Amino acid sequence: MKLILAFLCTLLTVPAFAQTALPPAPWADRQIPDPAQERKAKALMETIRCLTCQSQSIADSGASMAGDMRSQIRERIMAGEQPEAIRSWLIARYGDWVSYEPTAAPILWPLWAAPILLLGLGLLLLRGRIKRRARS
Amino acid sequence: MRKLLIWLPLILFLAFVGLFASGLFKPDDRVIHSRLVGQPLPAFTLPAAASDRPALASVHMATGKPRLLNIFASWCVPCAAEAPQLMALKEAGVEIDAIAIRDARPDVDGFLQRYGNPYTRIGLDARSAVQMALGSSGVPETFVIDGKGRIAYQHIGDIRADDVSMILDRLKDAQ
Repeated sequence: MKLILAFLCTLLTVPAFAQTALPPAPWADRQIPDPAQERKAKALMETIRCLTCQSQSIADSGASMAGDMRSQIRERIMAGEQPEAIRSWLIARYGDWVSYEPTAAPILWPLWAAPILLLGLGLLLLRGRIKRRARS
Repeated sequence: MRKLLIWLPLILFLAFVGLFASGLFKPDDRVIHSRLVGQPLPAFTLPAAASDRPALASVHMATGKPRLLNIFASWCVPCAAEAPQLMALKEAGVEIDAIAIRDARPDVDGFLQRYGNPYTRIGLDARSAVQMALGSSGVPETFVIDGKGRIAYQHIGDIRADDVSMILDRLKDAQ
């Protein structure tokens, strides 16, 4: 009985992330009726970093500001804006940091080149081995 | 050549250890600065957030005289802590406008009654839309806007007593 009561009490608590008394923004937790648009919005939201809890995407975060960002993204997608345009709008304000998607910025060139370099190194090793085997 | 290659994995390993150690011990900076510093204030129009102060739009900010734009909320504790400093700035002759984030008029009225009202105009940004347009990521934040309506400086977090003279200097620089 006590246990049930304790459990019921936990249901009464306000979530710790409730930072305001306002209800969440209209499209924060509501899907766009058009599934194609919702897919686009969702894909974008999963790659935009939450500014409040910085290691979550806004799709995963319960912070009020993340809710407002989700709502704004859905509204802009419904208005016909392209996800990449919204991403660059956010990057222009918060820097590359706000996007989880790596960009083509020069600082990331080693990252993009790494697979090719590693593959080349592997091929070089392989060639050496084959040559040695052919000789023996 | 071969002798050198043998040492390569160890060297790589040590390089990674060094990289991770420096990342671990470097104090991390989680503050997100707006990229709009130095650029014109984005255009916006907001409804009034308080009963006794007019609404705020970006056109009110380009008046030829530098001023402050304070981002606050009635539900934000550090905003209450910085209220005396804003009052001191106001007494020093600084014009301060504000944007209340995710707020409601009765709450803003109550907050201003309790902690004082240094603001000329207060706009209500119920969905953080203008906050995002400004590249601001939390409350409180304070922007120094120069006479032409450009963002000259962004102060992140509450203004402490020892920040007041620095803010005044920034305002003078924005002249």
